[in-house]
Amino acid sequence: MLKIQKLHKSYPIGDSSLHVLKGIDLTVEKGEMVAIMGSSGSGKSTLLNIIGMLDEADEGNYILDEVPIKNLTEKKAALYRNKFLGFIFQSFNLINYKNALENVALPLYYQGLNRRKRQEKAKFHLQKVGLLDWATHLPSELSGGQKQRVAIARALASEPKLLLADEPTGALDSNTSYDIMAFLQQLNDEGKTILIVTHEKDIAAMCKRIVRLKDGIIMEDNFVKQVRATADV
Amino acid sequence: MFDIDLWREIVQSINKNRTRSILSGFTVAFAILLFTILFGLANGLNNTFSEAFVDDAANAVFIRSGRTTKAHKGLQAGRRIQFKNQDFDYIKTDFEPSIEFITARIYRNVAASYKNEKDNYTVRAVHPDHQYLEKTKVTQGRYINQRDMDMRTKSIVIGDLVRQDLFLKEDPMGKYVNLSGIAYQVVGAYKDDGGDNEERIIYMPLTTAQQIYGNNDYVDQINLTYDPKMNYDQAIDFGLDLEKKLKERFTVAKNDQRAIRVFNMAMQNKGINQMTSVLGILILIIGMGTLIAGIVGISNIMIFIVKERTKEIGIRKALGASPRAIISIILIESVVVTTIAGYVGLLVGVGILEWASPSLKTYFITDPSVSRSLVIAATITLISAGALAGYIPAKKASKIKPIVALRDD
Repeated sequence: MLKIQKLHKSYPIGDSSLHVLKGIDLTVEKGEMVAIMGSSGSGKSTLLNIIGMLDEADEGNYILDEVPIKNLTEKKAALYRNKFLGFIFQSFNLINYKNALENVALPLYYQGLNRRKRQEKAKFHLQKVGLLDWATHLPSELSGGQKQRVAIARALASEPKLLLADEPTGALDSNTSYDIMAFLQQLNDEGKTILIVTHEKDIAAMCKRIVRLKDGIIMEDNFVKQVRATADV
Repeated sequence: MFDIDLWREIVQSINKNRTRSILSGFTVAFAILLFTILFGLANGLNNTFSEAFVDDAANAVFIRSGRTTKAHKGLQAGRRIQFKNQDFDYIKTDFEPSIEFITARIYRNVAASYKNEKDNYTVRAVHPDHQYLEKTKVTQGRYINQRDMDMRTKSIVIGDLVRQDLFLKEDPMGKYVNLSGIAYQVVGAYKDDGGDNEERIIYMPLTTAQQIYGNNDYVDQINLTYDPKMNYDQAIDFGLDLEKKLKERFTVAKNDQRAIRVFNMAMQNKGINQMTSVLGILILIIGMGTLIAGIVGISNIMIFIVKERTKEIGIRKALGASPRAIISIILIESVVVTTIAGYVGLLVGVGILEWASPSLKTYFITDPSVSRSLVIAATITLISAGALAGYIPAKKASKIKPIVALRDD
């Protein structure tokens, strides 16, 4: 599903440059739920951004669903992001002047679906995250957990092959965090491939595989016994 | 291709970000409003100038006589100068290449009556050329012609107000009007843009008047128009030369201001011309200034808008928006706002001008208005400036890596 070989990435800082990823090799199969862990500065977010085509690697190969991701034009990258990937961010990143339904429908708009189809699909996914009743509410009228659910619905709307979550519970209290994780686990059970960047051990433990990054290289890569999340802790 | 979804996005964006839309709209509306008002006022001033001289030909020269005020060559002051036919002929032949039309004038006041209607009017006895000098518009029949001059016919051409007063609804053509005891036949009627007084005048052949009122060859005034091919300076020289020659002819001191007066429109026109061209430059500067201010304003706002929307752009890109989609949504939004605001500014500006127009008449501003095409051109300039000003940051924004745009501040 996802194959990364010898990935390097550095950022220029003034005259010198900061080598963030120093040769990452990672293969993720369909249906996996992978946590990428590491302290800040370990390069975990950079890795996720490259996987998410939000950023480009300097060196190495990246193959997503048998499509090599390299030297993409902006247009092509936009198309791939829309087709392959669903993003979940720490700060939700909902568009604040659009209501929940419109936010969920946005990726479908960029897929070129007509309005009726978009509404239909968006409603379906909102229902899936249990927020159909909140469809006409603006993000400012939703709680953090609700916002993240809307964001998840939005990520799911385009039926991506891969869900990328960057600290999805970072802005939430633990109760809500487990709630969100339970939902992600449920999605994974249904067969979605999910990649989660986190620095929280309990969140990582709720995945099926933990990849530990340190100073730009993979230190550990273990399959673990998944801890099922329950909302009421 | 009309993309209803794109427009829905834009309408929503404008609607939901009202402060931003109103802010940018206000700048444009205000620039267009100022542009309209300033241009309108300046145009009004211009109208006043041109209207003031619509009555007579712009290249007219009036020659009048009076009493001498200075003794000269043994002739004492207070001598009355009287033009005669021979003076008219002298001017006509000696200055022939410089003269377009020429006429003499005699004034008489008459009591006119037709059937039961009577009133007092001024008679102007003239040469046929007078029609062109005074810009008289013959509405019925004909003007005084050469045959009238030769035969000394008792023909008259009456002004529209004379016709209304004396003939009421009756057709005046061929009817006889009694002017202080002598019957004249109406051969024509006319209108004149010079105002009501000009339409209360009765024209008759100069020769007829000379025979009937005094049986002499006196003329009161000589009017002519100079060759319009002459420029102002040539025309002014011509006028000065004419004045000098006439003063010599009548043995009048060079510096005698009253004995012979030559009023040359060229002098006045030259001044007015300079005035209007200065005014024109002023208008241009004002217009450009307002426009530039508007352009700067809209450019700033566009940059601000793009900055403000950076995060939104990042989200949209992460969700699969192509750079083109990003640019078009920002640009079309700004163009829509600018167009609507420009139109509002135009309407308000025109409204203010219309409303203030009557009270501005006192300040020498007539019909302050702007040509619609000018304002539309100004609005289009602003729109394209706004689009251009928006395009550069929009393009830049579309190139930002979403990750940079999404970075939490």
